[in-house]
Amino acid sequence: MSAKIRKLLTLVDEVRREMGEDVDPPTRRAVACAVIENPCAGRFVADLSELTAIGEELGSLLTKKCVQALGIEGAKAESYGKAAIVGEGGELEHAAAILHPRMGAPVRAVLGKGAALIPSAKKMGGLGTPIDVPLGHKDAAFVRSHFDAIEVRVPDAPRAGEIVVAIAVTDSGRPHPRVGGLAKHEIKGEDGLR
Amino acid sequence: MTSPLIEIRRIVTSVEEIFHEFGPVAPRPYRRASVAGVLRNPYAGRYVADILPMLDALKPVGLEMARRLVDALGGDPKVVQGYGKGIIVGAAGETEHAALWHAPGGYAMRELLGGAKAIVPSSKKVGGPGARLDVPVTHINASYVRSHFDAVEVGVPGAPAADEIVFILVMTDGPRVHDRAGGLKVSEIKGEDGLR
Repeated sequence: MSAKIRKLLTLVDEVRREMGEDVDPPTRRAVACAVIENPCAGRFVADLSELTAIGEELGSLLTKKCVQALGIEGAKAESYGKAAIVGEGGELEHAAAILHPRMGAPVRAVLGKGAALIPSAKKMGGLGTPIDVPLGHKDAAFVRSHFDAIEVRVPDAPRAGEIVVAIAVTDSGRPHPRVGGLAKHEIKGEDGLR
Repeated sequence: MTSPLIEIRRIVTSVEEIFHEFGPVAPRPYRRASVAGVLRNPYAGRYVADILPMLDALKPVGLEMARRLVDALGGDPKVVQGYGKGIIVGAAGETEHAALWHAPGGYAMRELLGGAKAIVPSSKKVGGPGARLDVPVTHINASYVRSHFDAVEVGVPGAPAADEIVFILVMTDGPRVHDRAGGLKVSEIKGEDGLR
């Protein structure tokens, strides 16, 4: 069973100046979304393995879309995140089935590494519902300069029987980070935290 | 040398690939690309009588944004079939500031697409951070081609701030995904007046 994709949306948000100061190099955040049919909509389905398989497939596809949109090697990615919006014919657990069991491995395969947990968000929603995809450094979750989130929405999705699945990848942290904490050059990268 | 009127703060480029809309899956996805440039509004906060210097200053910005759009669609300008443009002015500006985009935005796309004939349809508004704009789309050579009438919703989370303007360009690479509402067809374009 593979995902039945109605549309894909990929965007890159590039920040060049913030509060009158150049951001050099610009920060760049990509998000790729797939609008898919929810095979479990409209009834209670006990076994969500169909959605889990879809999560694995989209982990690879959407991460590749992000990396391609950024024009970088996967290994140059710095932070990542994931999210899902379930249309009203589904349930929140459907988002969990897509995002948590098997999505991570293919994401990490595209990016080369990724010792850190992939931060996530999920919600139920209607057409055009926005979601803030949380972002964290891919090799060390405590890197403070890379805590961020990027908002994304698909104007005509999710329909009741659809799910919007999003993966975000960046090649940078926030513009002008200056609140201290663990810096990226201090990463050990062993435990996914520091 | 970039004009001191131009301060590009942010650029958001987006590509939507539509495989179907609950009908037959298209042989290739219909793609709609948008680029939104967030710039400082040099005329925010007061009435400035002569705003035309910004129109000239925007010309290279228009070209850069149009190039980004073509690149986002794979780099070949020949695939582009529809276009549109739009503007969201932040709260300290006025609607007239939006009109500065008509010449530079339109000319940039036409130049890049090799002399597209149709007028570039547009929409504009004054809005707050995160405001969304429905940008109209028509065929690049004949405005009346019905299969290519469309609109793309565009917005930038967090922009425009009061002293910003979001300048938008949109390009599409085909008819609507399940086009079947009749009217003038691409095969019937005369291509003389930009209309039919």
